[in-house]
Amino acid sequence: MSIFKTTAMSVAGVSADSPAAEAVLTRVATLDMNQAAEDAVLTPVEIGAWSHELRAAFAARIAQLNGDEALAQRYAARAGDIAALADPEAKLAIPELDHVIAFMDKVAGQTRQVEAGDITALQEAKISDADIVRLVELNAFVSHQVRVIAGLRLLNRSDR
Amino acid sequence: MSRIVHAFTRNVPKWQPRVTPVKLDEASDAQLEALQVTPSNTKVSDYVLVLAHDFETLKVRSPLFNAIMYDPGGLSRSERELGAIGASIVNRCIYCAAVHADRHAKIEQNTDVTDRIFAAGKDADLSPRDKAIFDFSLKLSECPPKVAPTDLDALRAAGLSDSEVLDLVLSTALFGWANRLMHVLGDPVRNQGERA
Repeated sequence: MSIFKTTAMSVAGVSADSPAAEAVLTRVATLDMNQAAEDAVLTPVEIGAWSHELRAAFAARIAQLNGDEALAQRYAARAGDIAALADPEAKLAIPELDHVIAFMDKVAGQTRQVEAGDITALQEAKISDADIVRLVELNAFVSHQVRVIAGLRLLNRSDR
Repeated sequence: MSRIVHAFTRNVPKWQPRVTPVKLDEASDAQLEALQVTPSNTKVSDYVLVLAHDFETLKVRSPLFNAIMYDPGGLSRSERELGAIGASIVNRCIYCAAVHADRHAKIEQNTDVTDRIFAAGKDADLSPRDKAIFDFSLKLSECPPKVAPTDLDALRAAGLSDSEVLDLVLSTALFGWANRLMHVLGDPVRNQGERA
């Protein structure tokens, strides 16, 4: 994949002749690996309890919590029937997922307040440790991706 | 008995997982590959064994982490550590802050910068270049990120090239990721009686 076709470049609007291109071309291997990481959290072979659609919906929701509408839309387009989960304002009733949604929102938005009890609550809801790690990796990666894109957008402004 | 560390420190605590790590002798071939376990390298931390539950991500995450923090060129090693420290302060990841403050102090052979950061947080009195880097990393780490064109102007005024800014963006963002793993999946602890 061309480096300019990766999610980070596409969403930030970086192309071969845009202002951020020169800096981006100093880190092509790194940014390729960044895309491989997105693929690993969104579309792994071993999905555990979380389908590719649900992962895309959570990714969209985390992007939205971070105020990144464009990234949220890109992920929501892959979320199938559960794209509505992408909207943090929508009061979805998915009883079996409510505690997972609350956990994901807290890890993305109030990271510093996460405590041991938040993990215990998931374990008591019979979510396996492997599935907890999968949720946290997805959340943590998207939180990273949002910030890579925010930085690229700044570097890509034309009014320099 | 161990107790949880709540204050920022350069004295690296132990990381105690909140979930059960993968047992090395029960790991699948795919997990072993992601863990990079070889006959000559069988020492694996609890942290990496926890991440091995999601081996597909671990496998791509380790080389990405190393590239962002250690690849030559661009922003200096210690300035990348400063980005990591800024993120860890915002997310209050005591463990990450300790590891990377310790690295910063060792690279610089000076504890001054991290002493000031731990004492005064965002108001730390730093050199203009360090201040611009640290401020940017704090703002980028908020949710939502709070970086504005004036913050990029401040980095450029402090002498950073665009490729150095990109390295700072990457190292800070990477710790938005690492903090959420370390701070969420475990506790920083010390044995009773051990020095704070």
